[in-house]
Amino acid sequence: MLEKINERKFNFSSLRRSNILTPSIALIFLVVLLSFLSPHFLTVSNMLNVLRQVSIIAIVSVGMTYAILTGGIDLSVGSVVALSGVITTMLLKNYSVNMYLSILAGLTVGILCGVAVGSMISSKIKMPPFIAGLAMMAVVRGIALIITNGRPIYNLPEQFGFIGGGFLYRIPFPVIIMIVIYIIAFINLRFTKMGVSFYAIGGNEEAARVAGINIRRSTVFAYTISGLTAAVAGIVLASRVMVGQPIAGYFYELDAIAASVIGGARMGGGEANIWGTLIGALIMGILKNGLNLLNVSTYYQQVAIGIVIAGTISFNLLRKS
Amino acid sequence: MNDSKSKSEYILEVRGIKKSFGGLRALKSVDLGLKYNEVLAIVGDNGAGKSTLVKAFSGAVIPDEGKIYIDGEEVKIKNPQDAIKLGIQMSYQDLALVDCLNISTNLFMGREICYKFLGMNFLRLKKMSLEAKGHLESLGIRTIGNINEKVRNLSGGQRQVIAISRSVFWGNKIIILDEPTGALGVRESKKVLDLIKTLKSKNISVIIISHNLNHVFSIADRIVVLRHGEKVGEKEIKDTDGDEVVKMITGAEFAGKELK
Ligand SMILES: Nc1ncnc2c1ncn2[C@@H]1O[C@H](COP(=O)(O)OP(=O)(O)OP(=O)(O)O)[C@@H](O)[C@H]1O
Ligand SMILES: [Mg+2]
Repeated sequence: MLEKINERKFNFSSLRRSNILTPSIALIFLVVLLSFLSPHFLTVSNMLNVLRQVSIIAIVSVGMTYAILTGGIDLSVGSVVALSGVITTMLLKNYSVNMYLSILAGLTVGILCGVAVGSMISSKIKMPPFIAGLAMMAVVRGIALIITNGRPIYNLPEQFGFIGGGFLYRIPFPVIIMIVIYIIAFINLRFTKMGVSFYAIGGNEEAARVAGINIRRSTVFAYTISGLTAAVAGIVLASRVMVGQPIAGYFYELDAIAASVIGGARMGGGEANIWGTLIGALIMGILKNGLNLLNVSTYYQQVAIGIVIAGTISFNLLRKS
Repeated sequence: MNDSKSKSEYILEVRGIKKSFGGLRALKSVDLGLKYNEVLAIVGDNGAGKSTLVKAFSGAVIPDEGKIYIDGEEVKIKNPQDAIKLGIQMSYQDLALVDCLNISTNLFMGREICYKFLGMNFLRLKKMSLEAKGHLESLGIRTIGNINEKVRNLSGGQRQVIAISRSVFWGNKIIILDEPTGALGVRESKKVLDLIKTLKSKNISVIIISHNLNHVFSIADRIVVLRHGEKVGEKEIKDTDGDEVVKMITGAEFAGKELK
């Protein structure tokens, strides 16, 4: 029996890659199909445009992937997008605070929100992640509306526009932020002790506990990362539209969940691939962009996106069974 | 039974351990001692409280009452980290493996070999793979080249072997094996029993829980019987036999009826 392990030549990295096989194929299929259907689709300018559009959801999805990986979910990210954007822009506009400090404040708000969600989930009472996120979603949205009186914040200093609208070496700056975050997340998940603890908690929390992993700390970490990435996305969004919107980010959590799950994250935890998440976000972004180019109404777009989500995931589950 | 014991007789000792789950009294004031360099078997029917008792040593269960002593000194085991620090390693009945991770990662879980860089603990993946492989080889488990196999893809017996290997890997003082041969065939069971003898020869004290009395009699020095959360018997292996142990496990009133 013990020797039998030998017979099945199994390669970990190929197994790992196969998890993102389905979404990769779906993405390629989508790109090929759309380039046939629309001559404007596969152009450099449109691709950069798509990437810029996708970047915000893609950044939020990183944190969502962490939450899902640990066996939870973070429903508060959409509200955190709004609050961090609002805090940053308010400081900039209403209090004339230095731009970097304002951004730092926005990020800190995101971190605090994440710590709060993670603490509720990992506390003695073990609040279900869904409920903790739901509560946080309401509270954070409420705070964003209260401090702005529900009104958007306009007339932001021009230099703030670079984050969401600028270019670096002709690449949209948000895309660069996105890529950097994905690389950091990849390294964190794949090559660090912290990364292992996320997989372990999501895979078998009791096993992780008896192995001496600090469940509480790791859980709080995961949600902190989620709060932080949502805050980054919120600031990028505010910068791109040059408005601090208390009603920004509605339903972003759903897009982020879809991106993660299309990318191979397992609801219930223990499995996720950060590049899969990026592909998931790209699939949704490209689909929206392509349907726009083809003049498909947004009503039909909803239907198409729903079908793609269900389709990709069914396919993934089928392949695994 | 063992009231006049000197403190230093036991490497691990518990007194008056109680544990209830809701209304269910899983352990009703149990005393137990593990002597230096002995193999102690704990037997008892399903639900007797064996796993709950040893989980109190490994920090997986926090007893309601009772004291734990190591080398005669009282210790507090509030979580698994505490137990690990005190030199207690346990292989759990439900194996406590993370299926989605590979063998090497499971063996090193919670104790990864790392280097610090920018304040983060980076894994030495190569080193861990090699050490894990070497460890399994030294135990006669030939998984060469497949240390990166996900635990999910292993058979029940293979998983059990990995769980045991992990506690043996880290254990240098006290190793607790909760039903280590439960999922194993004859040949693998023998390997595990041989392994336990090796541990003993390395001066490690071992607690083994098993339903297989043949296994128990072939390796244990002493045997403790639990029934309904109470210790109902404690014998040197050489002073007892299977029949007596079975009587203690089932309760004397059943003896001779259900069992020849
Ligand atoms: N976490 C728990 N919550 C509630 N009840 C529990 C828990 N753990 C154990 N029990 C109960 O405590 C009693 C003793 O369980 P334990 O697992 O210690 O038995 P055991 O002797 O190891 O049995 P087995 O031979 O089947 O492994 C059982 O009645 C069990 O249902
Ligand atoms: Mg048990």
